[in-house]
Amino acid sequence: MMLEIRDVRKSFDSQMVLDGISLDVEKGDVVAILGPSGSGKTTFLRCLNYLETADSGTMVFDGETFDLHSAGKAEIARLRRKTAFVFQNYNLFLNKTVLQNVTLGLTSGAGMERKKAEETALKMLERVGMADKLKSYPSQLSGGQQQRVAIARAMATDPEIIYFDEPTSALDPELIGEVLSVMRDLAEAGMTMLVVTHEMDFARNVSNKVMFMEGGKVVEAAPSKQFFEQPEEARAREFIRNILESRK
Amino acid sequence: MNERLWNILVDSFPKLLGYGIRVTVPLTIFSFAIALTVALAVALIQYANVKVLRQVCRFYIWITRGTPLLVQLYIVFFGLPGIGIKLDAFVAAMLVIGFNEGAYMAETIRGAMESVSRGQLEAGYCVGMSFPKIMWHVVLPQTFRTAFPALSNSMISMLKETSMAATISVMEMFRQAQVINGRVYESLGLYVEVALIYLAFCTFLTWLQRKGEKRLASYGGVRA
Repeated sequence: MMLEIRDVRKSFDSQMVLDGISLDVEKGDVVAILGPSGSGKTTFLRCLNYLETADSGTMVFDGETFDLHSAGKAEIARLRRKTAFVFQNYNLFLNKTVLQNVTLGLTSGAGMERKKAEETALKMLERVGMADKLKSYPSQLSGGQQQRVAIARAMATDPEIIYFDEPTSALDPELIGEVLSVMRDLAEAGMTMLVVTHEMDFARNVSNKVMFMEGGKVVEAAPSKQFFEQPEEARAREFIRNILESRK
Repeated sequence: MNERLWNILVDSFPKLLGYGIRVTVPLTIFSFAIALTVALAVALIQYANVKVLRQVCRFYIWITRGTPLLVQLYIVFFGLPGIGIKLDAFVAAMLVIGFNEGAYMAETIRGAMESVSRGQLEAGYCVGMSFPKIMWHVVLPQTFRTAFPALSNSMISMLKETSMAATISVMEMFRQAQVINGRVYESLGLYVEVALIYLAFCTFLTWLQRKGEKRLASYGGVRA
């Protein structure tokens, strides 16, 4: 097992947001985290990278145990070096060009030599189809293009897992496809991914596992095929039916 | 305009301009350098929420913004010798004006820093960068750009505030105008003349600001 997440709890003020979430992830898994808004999906993902501090919970990553409530700076840095994060609103460095967005983490985070960082960055940007925009700034790109650069930036640090927090939710409908196709390629290349999403087609066809959350709890966790074809829980069935109906 | 006044203005012009360039301008530059350093430190301490130091910073801003510059100049130059601290008038003016404007600039910079999206910081963390590195490469450049117009404003005010140094015997441009006026009694002409020189200096700064803003605009909108 690559990742064993156990009993993550978190509340904001008195509001319980995560009520004991556990999840196992194997190398090469693409896990879609589904659920209605406010179910805690994003918070859960952010806790895994210490962007939020959980009230309690542990995570075993590659055999090393991390306490999600309290960890030292060095520990957090070590964990973050193995992971990458793709944000809903891209969060590209606004004062940096496309190329610099990808190289900055390599040179100033991982201490890579600039020339080597640029080679790596170029390779990644080619993979996401953004190699012709190296000198552009984020403000000159469409949302889809920005998100593809963000994915290249995430891949460049050579992570063992990439967390995606609703990567297509801020995009115009016509731009969603280009981002999903990059993610599909990544999944096919064997990247381990945790994807908070509302894209049912992606969850159904690309991910191999689904975790369905509501009210800070896991309602159902199952292989994707099983989840979509024979959901066990009534609430999951209702969710799938609502989503499918809303698209008719 | 009569010939006597005209001659006085023509004679005094190079003297005033000379003091302007030799004293007013350096005083502005040094004070601004102090103000910017102090402001940056104070803003960073607050942004990073450093305990205790943060309280010290709030206290400094409270005192400095809450008392008049003129009174501060008097306390430092005329008051401090009473407890054995004697400062050269120029140095006293430089420190007081620098620390005074520094308090305002600290708030400007802090505001600009806080307007940089937290997501920029998070993205930096997620690609393995440390807090200081993210600040240096990402947050501060964006902060500086947002704060630039307001900081230019501060520099322009400082240039004019240096005239207050006249009250603690610094022989700068305005003090020189007073001295000349003491001999020839042409208040209106001389003070208008010195005002015009200040105006010329400030016009130059405004021009610089516009240049700087164009330069900083290279990466388009600050918000995606």
